[in-house]
Amino acid sequence: MKQSEFEKKYSAFWLELEKKLIVEIPQTTGNSLIKRITADPELGEEFPENYRLLCHHLSLARSRHYSPLLVERLEKLVINAHQIYYKRKTHLLASVLIYFTSGFAQSVRKEWRWVLLSSILFFGSFFGMLITLQYYPDMVYTVISGEQLANMESMYDPSQDKIGRERNSGTDFQMFGYYIFNNTGIGLKTFASGLIFGIGSIITLLFNGLTIGGVAGYLTHIGYTSTFWPFVSGHSAMELFAIVLSGAAGFKMGFSIINPGRKSRLRSLRDSAREAVYVMYGVAIMFVIAAFIEAYWSSMSDIPSIIKYVVGSVNGLLLFSYFIFAGRQGAIR
Amino acid sequence: MESKLLDSVNTIQTPEGVDIHLRVAGIWPRSVAWVIDLLIRGVIYILLGFLAGVLGDFGSGLMLIGFFFMEWFYPVLFEVLNKGMTPGKKFLGIQVLNSDGTPVGWSPSMLRNILRTVDFLPLFYGLGFISMLMNDRFQRIGDLAADTIVVYYNKTAEIQGIPEYAEIKPAYDLSLEEQQSILRYAERSNQLSGARLHELAEILNSLDVPAHSMSKEKLLGIANGLTGRK
Repeated sequence: MKQSEFEKKYSAFWLELEKKLIVEIPQTTGNSLIKRITADPELGEEFPENYRLLCHHLSLARSRHYSPLLVERLEKLVINAHQIYYKRKTHLLASVLIYFTSGFAQSVRKEWRWVLLSSILFFGSFFGMLITLQYYPDMVYTVISGEQLANMESMYDPSQDKIGRERNSGTDFQMFGYYIFNNTGIGLKTFASGLIFGIGSIITLLFNGLTIGGVAGYLTHIGYTSTFWPFVSGHSAMELFAIVLSGAAGFKMGFSIINPGRKSRLRSLRDSAREAVYVMYGVAIMFVIAAFIEAYWSSMSDIPSIIKYVVGSVNGLLLFSYFIFAGRQGAIR
Repeated sequence: MESKLLDSVNTIQTPEGVDIHLRVAGIWPRSVAWVIDLLIRGVIYILLGFLAGVLGDFGSGLMLIGFFFMEWFYPVLFEVLNKGMTPGKKFLGIQVLNSDGTPVGWSPSMLRNILRTVDFLPLFYGLGFISMLMNDRFQRIGDLAADTIVVYYNKTAEIQGIPEYAEIKPAYDLSLEEQQSILRYAERSNQLSGARLHELAEILNSLDVPAHSMSKEKLLGIANGLTGRK
């Protein structure tokens, strides 16, 4: 079949598809030919069939060596149709539900080795620093500057009536925003920098472990326990474990490059990164929850310490039972 | 057929068994797109800062949450909801796709944008640049991990016929490559001036072609013959 015959036979079909798939958009660059796929074209039930027919036409045009422009036209049509046809449909609500009832906890359990390593690094440096400072309080200056310490001291001074961060009710939301911006950002950066052979994870975990341990140890040493510990008890389990999980997700990526097993390093990185980022959704939510507790609950200074400790312990228990028990019954995602 | 020169074209085979060609975007257009997005984000940051000034503490809380979302999710939202194009990418006519040519979903987009942190190291996308130069698809580390590519947006070619001339049968059987060249010439003839068309046709005179007076009309006639116009 000669080209013109072929064109005559099918051009109506192509034109119709082109009309459905492609709409003119206002000129954005010098080229007036830019067109794009409509947001949600009414493609109709016969779209899959039409798409396959179109692919067939493209192969025919190529194998019969029709003119380059016709081939190009068909190819562009195929590319556009391909993008619509293979768009992955997600059921957002369902996948979110599955994620939080089982998927998140399952994948954290599956990566327990990295969670363990991450915990040892973080809590090891945290408690190491905290205990060291009870005997050698001057060691605190190795991790925190004097200025920062003075700042911390004034924040948790028991003689003040507002503990924690200086605040009134209006600043609660400001602090909520700050904790989300700062802490979640740290978590995401920890995860990302873990890709570099896990080095980023190690640095962030140790750094945070040492500084947080430093502050806690120092304030404990100078006897500010009645203000500091009740303040942090409510959100600490959520926040610290979120940091640990960020590190663990980073380790998973980093190690996949160091030891790819039977896969290529790239393949191995891709596979592990997909699983690691899956954990990070939940970690980000954990940071937000921790920020909320910290901004609205921990800052309430007129609640007796004992209640704060109880609530803090319950929070911690709930969190750990979630990771231990959630999604045991269900199939692995 | 296709020349084997250094090229940025990526061939992907669809499940239907046809090849599609995607042209990956290099460092320059992607950098420009990034700068445009940076400017847009800058304006939004200023607006958020202004809001914080008006609303006081509550406003600065909003501002910080806004900063957080702008920093981490601005590209993700656009890439997933706007065919892989942030405003900057759209301006440059480039889009993010999975490396199999399908649109990016939430996971790959999140991954490639969170991993921007690594690409940015040690400063100003140092690792990202190195990574882009080290593979044939200009993928930065985030792209490698998320298995995504940035390609030129597929512009639709204008439908142009070959101008009608009386069919001419070439003096000898043309090779495939020659046929394609002549067809290309004919299809582009609307975009070139008459003088240029003659000039191009005259090149063939210097070759050992039997028709010693090759002209625009003759070439177009051959093209008509090849496509079989009646």
